[in-house]
Amino acid sequence: MSATSSQELEQAPPRMSSRLEGELMEVSLGPQHPSTHGVFRMNVALEGEIVRKLKPVFGYLHRNHEQIGESAGYLQAMPYTDRLDYFCSMTNNWAYALSVEKLAGIEVPERAEYLRIILAELTRLQNHTSLLGFLLSDMGAWGTPLMYAFREREKILDLFESLSGARMMCDYMRFGGCRVDANDDWIAGAKKIVDLFPKFLDEFEDLILQNEIVIARTQHVGKLSPELAISAGITGPMLRASGVNYDIRKIDKYGFYPRFKFRVPLGDHGDTYDRLMMRALEMRESLSILQQAFAQIQPGPVMNPKVKIRAFKPPVGEAYGRIEAPKGELGFYLISDGSANPYRYRVRPPSFINLTILEDMCLGHTVADVMVILGSIDIVMGEVDR
Amino acid sequence: METLEQIKKRIEAAVPGAKIDIVNNGSPSAQHSLKIDNEHARDVARFLRDDPALRFDFCSNVTGVDWLDRVIKKTVKTKQVVDGVEKDVDLTSEEKIPGYLEAVYHLFSIAHKHGPVIIRMQTGRANAQLSSLTPIWRSAELQEREIFDLYGIKFEGHPDLRRILMWDEFEDFPMRKDYRPPDDFEWEPTPHDDVLERAKQHYPARPTETELKPS
Repeated sequence: MSATSSQELEQAPPRMSSRLEGELMEVSLGPQHPSTHGVFRMNVALEGEIVRKLKPVFGYLHRNHEQIGESAGYLQAMPYTDRLDYFCSMTNNWAYALSVEKLAGIEVPERAEYLRIILAELTRLQNHTSLLGFLLSDMGAWGTPLMYAFREREKILDLFESLSGARMMCDYMRFGGCRVDANDDWIAGAKKIVDLFPKFLDEFEDLILQNEIVIARTQHVGKLSPELAISAGITGPMLRASGVNYDIRKIDKYGFYPRFKFRVPLGDHGDTYDRLMMRALEMRESLSILQQAFAQIQPGPVMNPKVKIRAFKPPVGEAYGRIEAPKGELGFYLISDGSANPYRYRVRPPSFINLTILEDMCLGHTVADVMVILGSIDIVMGEVDR
Repeated sequence: METLEQIKKRIEAAVPGAKIDIVNNGSPSAQHSLKIDNEHARDVARFLRDDPALRFDFCSNVTGVDWLDRVIKKTVKTKQVVDGVEKDVDLTSEEKIPGYLEAVYHLFSIAHKHGPVIIRMQTGRANAQLSSLTPIWRSAELQEREIFDLYGIKFEGHPDLRRILMWDEFEDFPMRKDYRPPDDFEWEPTPHDDVLERAKQHYPARPTETELKPS
């Protein structure tokens, strides 16, 4: 926010000031609140309607994912990663597979890499679409945008279902490749959906992103400076909305991303509107990557035959692998002691770490803005609480 | 990016008294790490963040690791004279490493787009205490709280060290390798005195060392 508007916000509303000066009311927002995207609670101290303090409370969905991962074998942990961020099981699978591949030095066949990129970008499309729907729903655009978004998301989930057998819990990737091959019909079907997607995006942007109320509710709300964003480990669209050019697809060059031409959209102000726009712009780039992938993909094997994924025992050592998941940097840190299950299995969850600066972004805003800011962070409690 | 040896030398020159060891990683990932001592941890971290050639401004991943007491057996072949005849004899030596807790930080640089450099700090399993790096990298705030919650490492200098995922009344540290869950979760302690008293009988004793060894 600009200097003047921040000063305005720092002052309590005039009508209330006589009664509530110096008095703070503590309110518990959540865990059963429709705008907290799951069982997430915030203890807020309010002065009138202005947030003066905010402490996030975690753990309602905690099931010690990491310990379960340590007691399971390497392959057994793969379907369990679906349950982290249940919107993006494909990218969760990929991040885990990538880490194990780093740990054991496994190579992946070419077609499998292309399939992974196709699925990851489709995941990004459906995650960002549903995020926009949820965010508008939080702002009071009840029903319609969410239903429009879910209509498109459902088409992509149908693709996932026809390929892996499950809409959301896909469990599709393996270390050393992918579980099953996609036939030509599937590729043609995916291409059809991707061809039609820009039409939906145009319509959605016309309807929503130019909307006066959306602009009033999001511009200059929840501003995040690039310095704070970097220090707080913010990743993904949220970091780029603050104008920091850091996309792991470009930095780490994992998979076959160097073979694709795409741009990294950047924001100017780091406010909620930029974060909203970032998702819309990223979807355009994902569509471009998908079109290139459909043109480049060649037939071939999808599994490295040398990898014995059952009773898999990687060499002693450790590895940290990370990918650009739709919500930010998703990393897996694995330590192997040479046995059949990881000695240490750690998930670096993007939406958990993106919540570090929730308080900094919300201070001085109204309760209604807190919901919009929280929505723009894009959290999934399955990943936050693990 | 500079090699770890170069970084190690630069740190030792910049932070007098700092003890840095390179921990080798045998896996094909070849992500070696720097073990730094607890006393100079914050100075070393500040150097890594602020040095113009390194600029590790982004601390991505912070995590704890629990290592139990380990015995490493080394077999060395030597020649010995047994009953007047020279023979090859295997000599096994045992090195006992006491258990410790570890905090591991994965650092990347957004300014120079390089990384990772991995730093790790070690502390004993009883009275585990390390200096917090949250003042250097804000991203460690929630993750160090998580380590405190699940591993029981106290981070000195952390602004808000509370349990984060488990509830405040929970007593044990569930990610430690010798953790045994209570037999009945209904009897998890709540703030009520009588429940606390009755809960005690459902808590198992900590396993002994022989119980922990896989058969």
